[in-house]
Amino acid sequence: MDKPTLVLGVIGADVHAVGNRILDYAFTQAGFQVINIGVLASQEEFINAAIETDAQALLVSSLYGHGEIDCRGLREKCEEAGIGDILIYVGGNLVVGKQDFGEVEQRFLEMGFDRVYPPGIMPERPIADLKRDLGLEEGAGGGEHPAHGLRQHLH
Amino acid sequence: MGNILLMDFGSTYTKVALADTVKCEIMGTAKAHTTVASNIMLGLNEALGKLGVQGPFEKRLACSSAAGGLKMVAVGLVKDLTAEAARRAALGAGARVLDVFSHEMTDKDLERITDLKPEIILLAGGTDGGNKEIILKNARTLARLPVSLPVVVAGNRVAAPEAAEILKSRHDPVVISGNVMPELNVLRVDEARLAIRELFLAQIVKAKGLELAEEFSGQVLMPTPAAVLKAAELLARGCGDEPGLGELMVVDVGGATTDVHSIAVGDPSKAGVSLKGLPEPYAKRTVEGDLGMRYSSMALFEAAGRRLTGYLGTDAESLRGYIESLTRKPDYLAQTEGEKKIDSGLGRIAVEIAVERHCGALEVIYTPFGASYIQHGKDLTPLRTVIGTGGVLAGNPAALEILQGAAFAPAAPNLLKPQQPEYYLDSSYIMAGMGLLAESDPLAALKIMKKYITRLGGDQHGSH
Repeated sequence: MDKPTLVLGVIGADVHAVGNRILDYAFTQAGFQVINIGVLASQEEFINAAIETDAQALLVSSLYGHGEIDCRGLREKCEEAGIGDILIYVGGNLVVGKQDFGEVEQRFLEMGFDRVYPPGIMPERPIADLKRDLGLEEGAGGGEHPAHGLRQHLH
Repeated sequence: MGNILLMDFGSTYTKVALADTVKCEIMGTAKAHTTVASNIMLGLNEALGKLGVQGPFEKRLACSSAAGGLKMVAVGLVKDLTAEAARRAALGAGARVLDVFSHEMTDKDLERITDLKPEIILLAGGTDGGNKEIILKNARTLARLPVSLPVVVAGNRVAAPEAAEILKSRHDPVVISGNVMPELNVLRVDEARLAIRELFLAQIVKAKGLELAEEFSGQVLMPTPAAVLKAAELLARGCGDEPGLGELMVVDVGGATTDVHSIAVGDPSKAGVSLKGLPEPYAKRTVEGDLGMRYSSMALFEAAGRRLTGYLGTDAESLRGYIESLTRKPDYLAQTEGEKKIDSGLGRIAVEIAVERHCGALEVIYTPFGASYIQHGKDLTPLRTVIGTGGVLAGNPAALEILQGAAFAPAAPNLLKPQQPEYYLDSSYIMAGMGLLAESDPLAALKIMKKYITRLGGDQHGSH
């Protein structure tokens, strides 16, 4: 069977390239086909890349504090483009200032993201989550993760 | 021995050249009107009569852009990705791309294709390991076209055989080539280009009334623009111990279109610039259908706008009548000084706009950390060599002035045109012929080009 495919990139006018390289390496090592669209990636680039490569997930990074503005409408655009069911994860320094992460997470879940990560998370966690969400982990069924259920609930 | 007859069946003129590959010289050139509507041999024989040699020739080689050139449509999945890759593959094969379709095709698209009457369809879609669904759907849709056409399938390698099977129910021949985009943002057009060329040879030449020419010349080897691109590549790279000229640009100003070929990598030449979008082919060709000196002179007039009137120092109304009359006289030669000046102006602006569209551009993005620069397309600012070819430039005393339109303009610093190039002219009009000769004797073709493509001068944009 083909490797599961994901599109990785740093959204908006954000040029932080180091974490992007680390995630590329870590997810490739974990057995994923990583389509890395790099820094300064627009929502359209994520979507176009996912359509053309038949990707199962978008991994969106944002490190410069404007993540909320840059990510707004991404789920809706995916729906419009015919890939509304794709998994979307987001992580990094998503907002500026000392905001409670629980509230930030909630806002992104409401925007249609499946999983939201605070700063300082090691790649192992999203890798494990993605395997679980795609039903690749033994003993774990797909679609059981709480965030997915919550998103369905919120919509 | 060593005398090779090179023929170029153009839309207006049939051009012949006799090359001596031992002495590396051009023995003579001549041209006559192309007679594709009646019997293509009439025009060819007239040109050969003017050339004044009977043969025998060691080889006869021919290329053609007669009867509208090679007309294609390209189909892909995402407009900016596989659809764009397919378009570039077709352009690189020397085709005129009539239209490009993306995503799922509709009945309306089929009607459009039927109206456009392309000669080859290029079907792409999906990276390898990527989307399979759309290319299969589009194959099913294309199988409902009312006519059978040659099709090249150059999409997802897993889906391509099934797509080809579906297409075969309606179309013949159907050829599978490598994916034009095997991975995201990786462009691989060579295999598709080759497949298109083979279909051109096997299918299209007959359909264009060129088979009589084939009886005489052996085989029409390629569309003329593909021959020019081949010659440009050889001239840039060199051959064995014979060095080439390095990265270069060829501009061909014609009556109907202006073609620009660049043989250059085009990566950012300055630090701190990141490259975005689809990578560019090393040998890149663009065709501007609205920038021509005769058939499309009105479109050029519209596109040029105030640039032309500013350049000529006249008002638009006094030019309109004359320029409009040119569209009906494809082989009209400017007579008076005033007409010649308008011709130079039209040529200059056609080159300016065509090279602007061919080159890449810089975009400034303001981030919280200051300005960032993104480059789309090729950075050709370091390019040192610009060559003019085509009937409008060969023998034109204003050739240098026209070609200088290719230079970087300080007023538009985001357009990455050559900054300080030297200008050369294919004054004997031999580049297409040398592209043909390059197939069998690249060294002789290179030496002849280096001898006959003459230097016009350096750039003078700073002095205006």
